[in-house]
Amino acid sequence: MLTYIARRLVLAVFTVWAVSVLAFAIIQLPPGDYITSYIAQMAATGSIVSEQEAENLRIQYGLDRPIYVQYYKWMVMIAQGNFGMSMEWRRPVGEVIGDRLWLTMVVSFAALLLTWTLALPIGIYSAVRQYSLGDYLFTFIGFLGLAVPNFLLALVILYLGFVFFDANIGGLFSLEYQDAPWSWAKVWDLLKHLPIPALILGLAGTAQQIRIMRANLLDELRKPYVVTARAKGLPEAKVILKYPVRVALNPFASTIGYLFPYIVSGSIIVSLVLSLPTVGPLLLKALIAQDMFLAGTIVLMLGVMTVIGTLISDIILVWIDPRIRLEDT
Amino acid sequence: MAEAQLSLDPSASQATQGRRPTTADERIFVASQWQLMWWRFRKHKLAMVSGAIIIGFYLVALGADFLAYADPNVSEAQRSLMPPQPIYLFDGWRFSPHVYAVRGRRDPMTFKRVYQADPSQKIPIRFFARGFEYNFLGLIPTSVHLIGVDAGHRAENTIFLLGTDVQGRDQWSRLVYATRISMTIGLVGVALSLFLGVLLGGVSGLYGGFADTLIQRLIEILRSIPTIPLWMGLAAALPREWSILQIYFAITIIISLLGWTELARVVRGRFLALREEDFVVSARLVGCTQMRIIFVHMVPSFMSHIIAATTLALPAMIISETALSFLGLGLRPPAISWGVLLQQAQNVQTVAISAWLMLPALPVIVAVLAFNFLGDGLRDAADPYGH
Repeated sequence: MLTYIARRLVLAVFTVWAVSVLAFAIIQLPPGDYITSYIAQMAATGSIVSEQEAENLRIQYGLDRPIYVQYYKWMVMIAQGNFGMSMEWRRPVGEVIGDRLWLTMVVSFAALLLTWTLALPIGIYSAVRQYSLGDYLFTFIGFLGLAVPNFLLALVILYLGFVFFDANIGGLFSLEYQDAPWSWAKVWDLLKHLPIPALILGLAGTAQQIRIMRANLLDELRKPYVVTARAKGLPEAKVILKYPVRVALNPFASTIGYLFPYIVSGSIIVSLVLSLPTVGPLLLKALIAQDMFLAGTIVLMLGVMTVIGTLISDIILVWIDPRIRLEDT
Repeated sequence: MAEAQLSLDPSASQATQGRRPTTADERIFVASQWQLMWWRFRKHKLAMVSGAIIIGFYLVALGADFLAYADPNVSEAQRSLMPPQPIYLFDGWRFSPHVYAVRGRRDPMTFKRVYQADPSQKIPIRFFARGFEYNFLGLIPTSVHLIGVDAGHRAENTIFLLGTDVQGRDQWSRLVYATRISMTIGLVGVALSLFLGVLLGGVSGLYGGFADTLIQRLIEILRSIPTIPLWMGLAAALPREWSILQIYFAITIIISLLGWTELARVVRGRFLALREEDFVVSARLVGCTQMRIIFVHMVPSFMSHIIAATTLALPAMIISETALSFLGLGLRPPAISWGVLLQQAQNVQTVAISAWLMLPALPVIVAVLAFNFLGDGLRDAADPYGH
């Protein structure tokens, strides 16, 4: 088990490194650097930045050094907890991101939780009552969930809320809590707003998980040991829940590691439609303004958070299923 | 293929044990692999229907300019946000498709443009009418469109099948043009992913060892990174002055660079499974070269799996492009794709007033569903001996 976790850890470290390189590449890719767009911005408002000033700014931000040195400097800064200045907001990046990163994770985790709690019972039901009306209904909803991109779903739900309830169901907080400091009342307000974004984000994953659970359980239910258990007179609930479900749970659980990055990824674009105060809208704005430190930090942080989330779910998986512990030692 | 003949449908061989094989059985015995797959695929009704829908989509993509009746890029403030207008097929009892003339004015209270149909003015719709100039299939210059109006009128000002957008451009015409880009961008992207997937998956499955470990870890790393922020970052970095075509290819490359992993896994799995098969071992023993073993013996037997996996990879590509363009980071106007059209539906206030702006979501959903069902059917058919 320790070897397995160690292997996962090494992989996680490599993933974080890969994400950091990619994030840095994103920062570097646009032609020109921030100073170029800064000068353009200043020119638009009427003030002129001289060549000398531009050069000084470049030296100040280390933009005149070779790329790997810039990368190294960036990494050192981050290790010290300094994410640089957001040049668009003129404030430290850490301050601009603020709660948004945590809220992104809260929304994603809520979606993941919802995916589990919905997919498991529905998957079991669909397998046990194969070809029943309920099974067809869930299969249909499942296919729809797979086919409708979540940002379109968000749009449709927002539209329905607007037309039928005359209410804006976007956002994560009621107006009075938006800028309020954290309190229990604010947390409660957040929890009340969470279900709709979580449902929208989780639907595609839920659909996929239901299909996996249903297929796995159907395979198990046909095995002779189930017949034996039933023949021995075990109550039906016990026959199903105690043995086949436990076996079928394993492939089901192993896909969770891939589900989390997928949900985080989706949360970016859904947040834009539902105007959630997550990093999504901030990232889009930063990218369009070529605010390099802000965009890079967001991509990096999202990657790191995802890797940690995946690592945790991997460890839970080992804990659930002893067979993995044996396989990888 | 050798194992194919041996492990044929067991029910068929059981049935033939006691009696002479019937003609139906004989048909199965002599059928080629592809024939068996086709028979199997035919049984999957949903996949058949989906296949037809997909073909329909590509026909629309081919004949987009013929199906459009208005130039998709001509904007006109006088027709801004026009709601969809039906085409009336019958005039009394006579078949004579027509539309009512529409007059627009500005509401003095709300300052919104409102439109009113005038039932007394009927404008007949003609089939194969003349409209804007285009090259049919990119070759034949013509101006014939499926529907249109008589020379006295302009189709842009009379027919509003699916309404118009904020800039007064006809939505139906834009939608058929968008089909062209959205349906092909997936193909180009998938071709690229396929190349990467087959190459890396093949190396991984064939040679094993260090290369395999390296590629597998690379896949794991790529799959544990949230892709949309990365796509956004890469797409935002594309130079603003690039042409539509350059952006189109750049976007497909970005999407497929992160999307090849699933295909690589399928290919690797197939190579691993086939490497130990009897017919591959015997080919090796009689001294076939590596290349011959791969392309003559192995590739034909997993071709069908690759086709199925490719079909299942297409919807993800289409959704990716739509999502990026929706954010304004993918294709940019004047390019027209489903995502570009949906960009107008970003604002809920706009959508609440002009719900028809959400219509471009429909082809996205239908196409994605159809590709999924088709892929499922192909995957089942790829292994015609299983149950």
